[in-house]
Amino acid sequence: MAKQSIVPFGPQHPVLPEPVHLDLVLEDEVVVEAVPSIGFVHRGLEKLVETKDFKQYVYIAERVCGICSFGHGMGYCQCLEKIMNIELPPRAAYLRTIWMELSRVHSHLLWLGLLADAMGFESLFMQSWRLREKVLDLFDMTTGGRVIFSVNCVGGVLKDMDQTMLKTIAAATREMEKELRPLAETFLKDYTVGHRLRGLGVLDAEHAKLMGAVGPMLRASGVAFDVRKLGYAAYGELDFDPVTASDGDSFARCEVRIKEIFQSLDLIRQAVGKIPDGPIAAPVKGNPNGEHFMRIEQPRGEAIYYVKANGTKFIDRFRLRTPTTSNIPPMLEMLKGCQLADVALLILTIDPCISCTER
Amino acid sequence: MDHKHDQTPPPWRLFPFAGTAFKNLFSKPATTGYPFEPAHYPDRMRGHVRVRIEDCIGCGLCARSCPPGALQVDRAAGSWTIHRFDCVQCGNCVNVCPKKCLDMMPGYTAPGPVKAVETFTRAPKEPPKTPPKPEDAKT
Repeated sequence: MAKQSIVPFGPQHPVLPEPVHLDLVLEDEVVVEAVPSIGFVHRGLEKLVETKDFKQYVYIAERVCGICSFGHGMGYCQCLEKIMNIELPPRAAYLRTIWMELSRVHSHLLWLGLLADAMGFESLFMQSWRLREKVLDLFDMTTGGRVIFSVNCVGGVLKDMDQTMLKTIAAATREMEKELRPLAETFLKDYTVGHRLRGLGVLDAEHAKLMGAVGPMLRASGVAFDVRKLGYAAYGELDFDPVTASDGDSFARCEVRIKEIFQSLDLIRQAVGKIPDGPIAAPVKGNPNGEHFMRIEQPRGEAIYYVKANGTKFIDRFRLRTPTTSNIPPMLEMLKGCQLADVALLILTIDPCISCTER
Repeated sequence: MDHKHDQTPPPWRLFPFAGTAFKNLFSKPATTGYPFEPAHYPDRMRGHVRVRIEDCIGCGLCARSCPPGALQVDRAAGSWTIHRFDCVQCGNCVNVCPKKCLDMMPGYTAPGPVKAVETFTRAPKEPPKTPPKPEDAKT
């Protein structure tokens, strides 16, 4: 048996956008075990629900994370809408769907850029983020913010999109699709990218389900599970199938995310074409009383929201289980047996969001 | 490791971004030259809160609904105070204002060495012009 040594990885590491620490137990250059420790960016945001009224908390929920901000606000509002028996106006459902899919596009483009950067492929990184800027500009135009949108409210949304905005969005998605094709070709066909990602961190379907993987990580292992198929917001009226890949390696995860960008752009165009006229928010009367679970498909995977209300304007408990929390155990399993030089890339392929995980 | 990628790539795949780099030489930059050029803000931008203090009735709904507690309203003094660096530009105050005297305006608060606090005070209303009462005979 080779001599074992422990190498600390993180919490500050060039490839990690956020702090997470791993103690890597190595035999020569091969990882035999990884022991994680998190808690560097815990802010106690769930606890704040006890001191802010339920309408104010929407703005706090969306500040859990800078990438999934829209989804967190939406998940929290959907829970309260179910508790208070509020029927979401159809136009609001479509607007939420458009913003949610734009969030997915910008999250996946950000991840692709980070992946390219981790491989040292600087020009691919720059081109990915250049394309992402166009999505942020669309957010800026429609919501007034590039990262935090503040458009969700209990009962609907706060801002509408006029025909000009909807046409601009549809045109921008077509333009982005055109610009994304050469980038996708580079990611999927380039010798360097393939050589770096193929066969790295293989997770088969059985292990992925057993260890609770969610989102693109689960779908890359061949499991066609997408919470959007449950039909929340306007997803029930849109035509799409979960994107899957069968290899279960890092390349498959990259492939799934790239195909999901194309799928999201298509979903946005579908939603723009079908959006009905009408009010954008339903009236909210009284205070919530009861509890509800809600699942939504965030860009990184399935997120679970739980709200327990007590009939006052302050809520008893808000709980959020984020996709990264679910994806950490399979990541630790994948790290076993990989080379030390591949650890950074492998951690990145689960698209970790530590702000969400620690809240 | 998959061995189908162990072959040497064809020469035209060696520089996948050569075309993009060449195109970029003759196109304008993707970024704006701020601060040398003015920044362009969209109409809906949530940059900072503006108050039309003459329309404010001092109800205090904005202060009570402000998530970070950046607003203070003094009804008696007719003042409206905002801690600019506590404000998170969520726009909740604008949504709840019954007189619609608050707006989100483009442009961010400028950075500074101290946390800016701004107070707006409503001009006191002139007393109604009524004829002076005759002096009390007892005094």
